[in-house]
Amino acid sequence: MKRVYVNEEWCLGCHLCEYNCAFANSGMRDMVSALKDKKIFPRIHVEGDDKITFAVSCRHCTDPLCIKSCIAGAISKKDGVVRIDRNKCVGCLTCVLVCPYGALTPGEDGIMQKCELCLENACGKPACVTGCPNKAIVYEERSKTV
Amino acid sequence: MKRYVIIGNGTAAVGCVEGIRSIDKAGEITVVSEEKHSVYSRPLISYYLEGKTDLERMKYRGDTFYEDNGCRVIYGKRAASIDPEKKQIVLDDGTPLCYDALCVATGSRPFVPPFEGLQTVENKFPFMTLDDALGLERVLTKQSRVLIVGAGLIGLKCAEGIRDRVKSITVCDLADRVLSSILDVDCAAVVQRHLEENGIRFLLGDTAVRFDKATARMKSGKTVDFDILVLAVGVRANTELVKNAGGDVNRGILINTKCETSLPFVWAAGDCTEGFDASFGGTRVIAILPNAYMQGHTAGGNMAGDCAVFDNAIPMNSIGFFGLHMMTAGAYDGEMTEERSENAVKRFFIKDNLLKGFILIGETERAGIYTSMIREKTQLDTIDFAFARKNASNLIYSQKIRRQKFGNEV
Ligand SMILES: Cc1cc2nc3c(=O)[nH]c(=O)nc-3n(C[C@H](O)[C@H](O)[C@H](O)COP(=O)(O)OP(=O)(O)OC[C@H]3O[C@@H](n4cnc5c(N)ncnc54)[C@H](O)[C@@H]3O)c2cc1C
Ligand code: SF4
Ligand code: SF4
Repeated sequence: MKRVYVNEEWCLGCHLCEYNCAFANSGMRDMVSALKDKKIFPRIHVEGDDKITFAVSCRHCTDPLCIKSCIAGAISKKDGVVRIDRNKCVGCLTCVLVCPYGALTPGEDGIMQKCELCLENACGKPACVTGCPNKAIVYEERSKTV
Repeated sequence: MKRYVIIGNGTAAVGCVEGIRSIDKAGEITVVSEEKHSVYSRPLISYYLEGKTDLERMKYRGDTFYEDNGCRVIYGKRAASIDPEKKQIVLDDGTPLCYDALCVATGSRPFVPPFEGLQTVENKFPFMTLDDALGLERVLTKQSRVLIVGAGLIGLKCAEGIRDRVKSITVCDLADRVLSSILDVDCAAVVQRHLEENGIRFLLGDTAVRFDKATARMKSGKTVDFDILVLAVGVRANTELVKNAGGDVNRGILINTKCETSLPFVWAAGDCTEGFDASFGGTRVIAILPNAYMQGHTAGGNMAGDCAVFDNAIPMNSIGFFGLHMMTAGAYDGEMTEERSENAVKRFFIKDNLLKGFILIGETERAGIYTSMIREKTQLDTIDFAFARKNASNLIYSQKIRRQKFGNEV
């Protein structure tokens, strides 16, 4: 299955992916009214220091600890995509406690949200990847071996 | 066709069903459920009272779960005994059920100490099941004064759930601090203060010794008048079925890392078990939902012929009270090192170059990175732990390890 992968050597640390993510999931049509003067709650986060930067989003693990640990049964997998039913989530953060990649953050309302590869929103494919100016994140099929 | 029987219908049972079906799509699965409900998220009973969820959203799995997985569920019946020779269980109405593989997923029950005069109390509830929560909901009013015996996770979650629906809440506990099984003295003090600021009154190091209708007489000589009593002193694993069948039990049903009990063809999973705790290095009851699911899934796979091993179980909790989040994991073993800021405390316990446990209050971002260090036994000198203490970040790894994590399927 296609997933989002990181080429950290190419990451500029520009945070554009975070803005594209927040916009793609805002359900709004124009970026300015969706994001201007607002604190954004993206599902991808740029980590790093002054030398190294890289963007982290859900790995859509083959054996997702988040699904096994969610106290509300709110996380599930369909066609390889790990998704959250925000209607069932109670914001306990148990999934944050178990995700080994630090890939989960709650939304503005304290309810968990996560990268679902933009398959259900208007983009249809990851907006972070489409908007990355340096191809530091890619959406492709890769195998388990290094 | 293989016949699978699962006793209990909680999270461990669901893990078991999904574990079986990951290997065997055809075998016959029978689930014996004492509770008359399809599986619900037990930890959500306090969120239900708080109005943060409802009966529909509390369903742990969708309405077609049993059907989709080809399970027959027997509701409202208890398994009364296991006969490992005949490979059969008998229900409380005398019905026998034969199995090729059995999973005991019976959870735990509230432990109620023999309080003098308890029978004179009209409105008293444990806080374990959906029916307990619904019963409590039926009697509580804006005028209710509630006494909760037990300042552990269950008692305090109950307090949070009902605070806005009652007049007052007093929590007492024989321990000198709140959440004594997961917080040390300093951290417990931070949490207690926050709870007090949110209107919960505490009587710690003190407990009820006698009840007289609506009055509790405390060990200290104080008295507490109440309308509703919640008993959240502790829980006991339901081990009797296995014990009576001659299986090994301690505080829980003893299982190995394949979730096998000492009885042939009998597995066990969840709150009823005592299994290996990788952080502490011995066996213990780890009564948390993730553990129930993972053990259940391991048991299920193995019942269907897989050779799954679950050898990195650790205790871990993520809990919030009135907006303050805390996370704890592992064993508080070894040297403690601390990071403090105005609104947060982080304590790490380190031994032999390994992270053994932690307590985080107020700052919980990306905490799974810490949890994975415990579970994966990450050698701390291979990462930048000085940085990690301040920030849970993937920056702590070498570029090579990061490439494995983020450049490959995982
Ligand atoms: C108020 C509360 C809050 C909690 N909060 C959290 C939390 O935030 N995070 C967390 O990780 N965990 C939490 N827990 C713990 C978590 O709910 C349990 O670890 C988990 O539900 C265990 O699942 P289980 O399947 O092992 O047992 P259970 O969910 O207890 O299921 C066992 C079932 O077996 C049935 N049964 C027992 N004996 C028999 C028999 N002989 N025949 C037939 N059926 C039988 C019981 O009726 C029960 O329905 C909380 C628990 C409570 C009560
Ligand atoms: S949230 Fe974390 S644990 Fe869950 S699938 Fe994504 S990366 Fe894996
Ligand atoms: S925060 Fe929500 S999604 Fe995460 S474990 Fe809790 S209920 Fe599940």
